[in-house]
Amino acid sequence: MIWTELDTWIVLTGALTAMACAVPGVFLLLNKQSMLGDAISHAVLPGLAIGFLVSGSRDSFPMLLGAVLAGLFTAVVSGVIERRGRVETGASLGVVFCSLFALGLILIRIAADHVDLDPGCVLYGALELAVIDSAAVPRIVWQSTAILLLNLTLVAVFFKELQLAAFDPRFARASGIPSGGIHHGLTVITALTTVVAFESVGSILVIAMLIVPGASAMLLSRSVAGVLFWSLVVALASALAGHLLAISVAPAWLGWLTGRQDLGSLNSAGMMAASAGLIFFTLLAASHFARSISGHGRTSVL
Amino acid sequence: MESFWRVLLLQDHNTRVVLAGACLFGAAAGLAGTFLLLRKRSLLGDTLGHATLPGITLAFLLAETFGVSSRSFLWLASGAALSGVAGMGAVLLIRKTSHLKDDAALAIVLSVFFGAGIAMLSAIQQLPGGQAAGLERLIYGNPASMTSSDAWFVLVASLLVAGVCGFLFKEFTLLCFDESYAQTAGWPVRPLDVLLMGLVVLVTIVGLQTVGILLVVALLVIPPAAARFWSDDLRVMALFAAGVGALSSMVGVVVSALLPGLPTGALIVLSAALFFGVSLLLGKKRGIIIRHLLEREAARRLVREHVLRAIFECAEEGRSVVSLEQVLAKRPWKKNEVVSEIAQLTDDGLLTTDPSALSFQLNGRGDSEARRLVRNHRLWEIYLLNHADVAPARVDRDADLIEHVLDQRLVDELEDLLDEKARERLVPGNPEKNLP
Amino acid sequence: MSTLPLEIRSLNVAYHRKMVLWDADLSIRPGRSTAIVGPNGAGKSTLLKAALGLIPAASGEVLFYGEPLKKVRSRVAYVPQRESVDWDFPVSARDVVAMGLYKKIGWCLPVRARHRRMADEALADVGLADFAGRQISQLSGGQQQRVFLARALAQKADLHLMDEPFASVDAATEQAILTLIERLKLEGGTVVCVHHDLDTVAEYFDDVILLNMRVVAQGPASEVLTPENLRKTYGARLTLLDEAVVDLSRPGAPRES
Repeated sequence: MIWTELDTWIVLTGALTAMACAVPGVFLLLNKQSMLGDAISHAVLPGLAIGFLVSGSRDSFPMLLGAVLAGLFTAVVSGVIERRGRVETGASLGVVFCSLFALGLILIRIAADHVDLDPGCVLYGALELAVIDSAAVPRIVWQSTAILLLNLTLVAVFFKELQLAAFDPRFARASGIPSGGIHHGLTVITALTTVVAFESVGSILVIAMLIVPGASAMLLSRSVAGVLFWSLVVALASALAGHLLAISVAPAWLGWLTGRQDLGSLNSAGMMAASAGLIFFTLLAASHFARSISGHGRTSVL
Repeated sequence: MESFWRVLLLQDHNTRVVLAGACLFGAAAGLAGTFLLLRKRSLLGDTLGHATLPGITLAFLLAETFGVSSRSFLWLASGAALSGVAGMGAVLLIRKTSHLKDDAALAIVLSVFFGAGIAMLSAIQQLPGGQAAGLERLIYGNPASMTSSDAWFVLVASLLVAGVCGFLFKEFTLLCFDESYAQTAGWPVRPLDVLLMGLVVLVTIVGLQTVGILLVVALLVIPPAAARFWSDDLRVMALFAAGVGALSSMVGVVVSALLPGLPTGALIVLSAALFFGVSLLLGKKRGIIIRHLLEREAARRLVREHVLRAIFECAEEGRSVVSLEQVLAKRPWKKNEVVSEIAQLTDDGLLTTDPSALSFQLNGRGDSEARRLVRNHRLWEIYLLNHADVAPARVDRDADLIEHVLDQRLVDELEDLLDEKARERLVPGNPEKNLP
Repeated sequence: MSTLPLEIRSLNVAYHRKMVLWDADLSIRPGRSTAIVGPNGAGKSTLLKAALGLIPAASGEVLFYGEPLKKVRSRVAYVPQRESVDWDFPVSARDVVAMGLYKKIGWCLPVRARHRRMADEALADVGLADFAGRQISQLSGGQQQRVFLARALAQKADLHLMDEPFASVDAATEQAILTLIERLKLEGGTVVCVHHDLDTVAEYFDDVILLNMRVVAQGPASEVLTPENLRKTYGARLTLLDEAVVDLSRPGAPRES
């Protein structure tokens, strides 16, 4: 296994992105809105595509704006469909983000003729390419750091409001805390983070970074602060483990499994998501074991 | 343009195959999706779709080892199915062994499985020969590549889905409506649940070629959601959902023939979205615009009733020819609303109005109508006063007759009460008993 | 072999490490109506659900007519709380009542016209003959409760377990339920209801089970509803006023208007 400077940047970017995603993701989890993260990451696609068409380049403000608007659009319109149309929550979300995603796929196909844009890149990122930069520190590292710091700052500042809105939104509203506004804010931050992250991990794998570290953390801690802390740890660990596995163990195992000798390293972002999953399921098994040993596990029906 | 007609007139064998396959998928997805929607698990389709990727990629990589062509759709589909089932199992596992909720379980499995699948795909992409392209088509969908044998598979699978949904219609209905009752009645709730999920897996496999794994969920969610706006009967809703699914697929394929550069799957989804939009606004039973119109209609009827009652009460108190001023004084309402309603009542033949339109009189039909309304109203008032604890839940002022809502015995009791109070001059009496 | 409709021995149910039911022991006498009463959170619904196997029990034994439930399911009908379903579901009152017949119809076979007629009969029995075709969200709360009852009726079971059937219903529905209970008893059936209202329990039911995590007392209403027992069940929550009310509701006591 050869480790180059590029690998360091890859791990760093992955870690920063994962940690940046984990932060809003924890609150999505607590609000029982994990699938909103899924919805937003699908829905930003047309926003990105339109941004491309408008600005003609990949890192641009119109793209950021387009994606954020798409995210807000999803949350708002699905809410309208749910209330006015009396459609169930999941279905309302599904209608909106599926339609937006389909629209995005079409727009990307159109945009691809004008701009050099590979749909696969948008969807599952190209971490390995994103860190290739003439500068000493790749641009994407700065971006990821910035979004991470932004998210951490916002959470620190609005901690009690976020906590209360997650736990008891009606009480929060009665206390004068605009829980609706907080939820919208969360949506905006998630969309923003998704956009920054898509270049490295792609818009779909963002979901893994949003939810899985937080879910793992919830198996380790019962306080919001504890969950936040552990989610950052797990995010970091996933990034490190993911890349390591991607360049060494995974191709070797895959090669052994399939009898091929010619496999190079795998997509790091994908392996990061898979590693997050490994960590999660390991913790799940461990906590289940711990509970059944201490006798508090659920017993069978009569 | 020429290709459009060729497609529409089904002149191309390939087109016929693609259209058939796509429509069958749409119908099957609509049908299975109806139960998913009612079970409140619509987004299960999203997780399932994403969870099939590792199975597909692994199947591809293992094809040679098992002596199968890596292009065999059936082989890849089997991989997808196993992977999907594993995903479902993982969701159930998370739900059972942790306090994490449904939405978290779905999101975790979706992203982790997909990530693993992407990683393996990247391995395949490194292989010479551009074989990954075929797999990527399963992600985005490419119905044009459907062969006759693929279409046969789609046909069989769709018929299987339709068959199971048809034979187990009442069982699934009960499962979705009242799980605990079903359980006590002895129905195997868990196995039925698993069977339903199995159907969704089957639908996902069928949709691999048509719309790709990322968009299968769209056809599971959108057609049933659209169908709900048109019917309050589950049987009709299910058929409608199947119809919308099939129609969306057809429109998508036809449009795709017009605009060959665009992904067909996405076009199918957008057609479904269009149907949903129309249904949301215009759906006969629950569409927003329809409901709005019904509410306006109901409000108008209310004004008419108030006006008729007011005119009757004015006539009761004094002369039978009533003036506009008297009516306006009865309650705080908008003058032009009253004036236009009086004009309408005159046109409808319930009022005789003096040419100046300032005074009017109830004629035969108007008189009996007004008496009915006033009687109803006074009985409701007595009911509210005497049964204050439970009345609010029961009062249905829209009902033509109070007897349509309350027991006849109760109504008789109320009438007696009304008579009693009228004798004591506490309230005006029952107009249908005081006929001149 | 015991033929008591329901016998529960040492039932223990925990929820998230908190005990909800503690060594519950009770038997239901056949041909009578029994109310399970107790303060909120006392485990009344839990008792019913655990007995029916809807929630897992830590330990204990439940026998229906001397057998485990799965052997005698057709003899037991369950009327859940109204909140347990989504009344927006696209089915009519008739469809819901027909669900009580599904087991008799059997797997995979369709609901036929004669089953729908039977459903209509059951609906007529609860005074909802005119509402058979209505979608259930168009029914009032009391009417929905009656639909649930009609469903249980259609099953033609021997034992009826009802979870708060009288909660938030209007006078007409209350009357319909009471009439139904009397009829079921007349036909040899047994009725067990989770009931929330101390005010009416002695009037509506033959037997009472006082429950507060444990069974405090069980037996005929007149014997069980003593101030002592009520104090043990409701503890400090029962105020003097409540006691006075309960006293008056015992049969034989002078009634105020």
